Amino acid sequence: MDLYAENILDHYRDPRHKGEGGRASVSKEEDNPSCGDRLTVHLWIENNVIEKIEWEGVGCAISQAGMSIFSEELEGKTTEEILKLNKDDIYELLGVPIGPRRFKCALLCLHTVKNAIRKYEGKDSQSWLETVGLGE
Amino acid sequence: MRSTDEIRRQFPIFRSEEIIYLDSAATAQKPQIVLDAIDRFYKEENANVHRGMHILAEKATESFEGARETVANFLGADLHETVFTHGCTESINLVAMSWGRSNLKKGDTVALSILEHHSNIVPWLQLKEEIGINVQWIDIDDDGSLMIDNFDGVQLVAITGCSNVLGVKPDLKLIIDTAHAAGAKVVVDAAQLVVHEKIDVKELDCDFLTFSGHKLYGPTGIGVLYGKRELLESMPPFLGGGMMIGEVKKDSFTSAEIPNKFEAGTPPIAQAVGLKAALDWLSQFEWKYIQTHEDDLIRAAIETLNTIEGLHILGKPQVGCVSFTIEGIHPHDLTEIIGRKGVCMRAGHHCAQPLHERLGINASTRLSVGIYNTKEDIARAKEEIEKAISILKS
Repeated sequence: MDLYAENILDHYRDPRHKGEGGRASVSKEEDNPSCGDRLTVHLWIENNVIEKIEWEGVGCAISQAGMSIFSEELEGKTTEEILKLNKDDIYELLGVPIGPRRFKCALLCLHTVKNAIRKYEGKDSQSWLETVGLGE
Repeated sequence: MRSTDEIRRQFPIFRSEEIIYLDSAATAQKPQIVLDAIDRFYKEENANVHRGMHILAEKATESFEGARETVANFLGADLHETVFTHGCTESINLVAMSWGRSNLKKGDTVALSILEHHSNIVPWLQLKEEIGINVQWIDIDDDGSLMIDNFDGVQLVAITGCSNVLGVKPDLKLIIDTAHAAGAKVVVDAAQLVVHEKIDVKELDCDFLTFSGHKLYGPTGIGVLYGKRELLESMPPFLGGGMMIGEVKKDSFTSAEIPNKFEAGTPPIAQAVGLKAALDWLSQFEWKYIQTHEDDLIRAAIETLNTIEGLHILGKPQVGCVSFTIEGIHPHDLTEIIGRKGVCMRAGHHCAQPLHERLGINASTRLSVGIYNTKEDIARAKEEIEKAISILKS
């Protein structure tokens, strides 16, 4: 399976849920400093359920397509469910082989969404180590 | 004088598979003769240096000091002025932590160019945090040339010999003379320059000059610091340990003489042997041959890349590398896709974030050349870049 599979390229060329996030409950920006990939996630949260997501970003195809694919999974889920997701869930969602050079590109969406929820809950951001799973 | 084909045959990595290696600015490939020298050292002469009276210790010491002589000759330096370190980064850190800490005080100024690699930025920022020195930046014009006026009020100028991103070469002689006129010292980061043209430290009159072995077709894990004798003698040791001492008592120590004063611990012995082999190998070529060959490659790269739609070359490259951006394409996607076809190029900020910020971009793709590259390599790269663009954009 190619990293640049059709679903990745499709979401990269035509990203879903992109938007500036007007009156969102919370907005959070994160980046992948090694590449310069950058995502800002806007969440509308009600009774701990994600009602709506919009996002903005720049970066490589993997980081941007990853966010687009992930954004399609979020609405209707509880914040608790999302905070439980780990890197394997994202890899499964993307469905392409993610090697050691690209895992931060692929996981930037999860990192940003989790930290948006943590910000909403008044908690400190989690580190990359925690997102990647080495901190567990 | 050899043909490029003959040169390529001496590099085992080019035998194994179809590799288009255009990343020599990150690290150069190694000729067989260098690998053999390291192998032979470990098999026949391995021992620690300056530490034993047995036959192997003598052989190892002779080989290590022989390597120092080769490096000193290569630079036009004296033996005492040629310090082995573990890399160019360590060499610059040595200057910052030893000369810098003992000569700079709060309010003093170190001037850096915006072209610098992080290894010639961060040590100075560490001193800024530690003792409150000022870091002053020298800007570039649109071509990437440094805009130098004078160095009044500056104590040290830290300058690259060649940008690892733009491939532009600051006028070192002018910078050094201007700095000296203002009473400033100069450290030259020659990591990139050293493999592309002859360096004579006495002619340049630089105070310090640093480079590493692995960009010179030698092994990783070894670097060199050249320093003027009187400066090195006046500086305190950097790291403490074996080899760098004169005498150690329970509550005090004296330092060894230069260069050993700066060579604490077991030095990179096999790597020094490998570096000597690399310099001996390189010396079979005249600098004029290397420069003509590489100038041709850089010109070809500029010409070829410019035919790719949406591609923008950064600055006006002169030596070693050409960096570029392509509208709407992230360099990591580009280099990952062409990488699968064997085309090896570097993507990212190339450890030069302030320069990328100055250029208003996040990342770039870099094509860099060495003695073994051909114009066909560049043509193949263009082909694969265009295919990658069509995959990502269509």
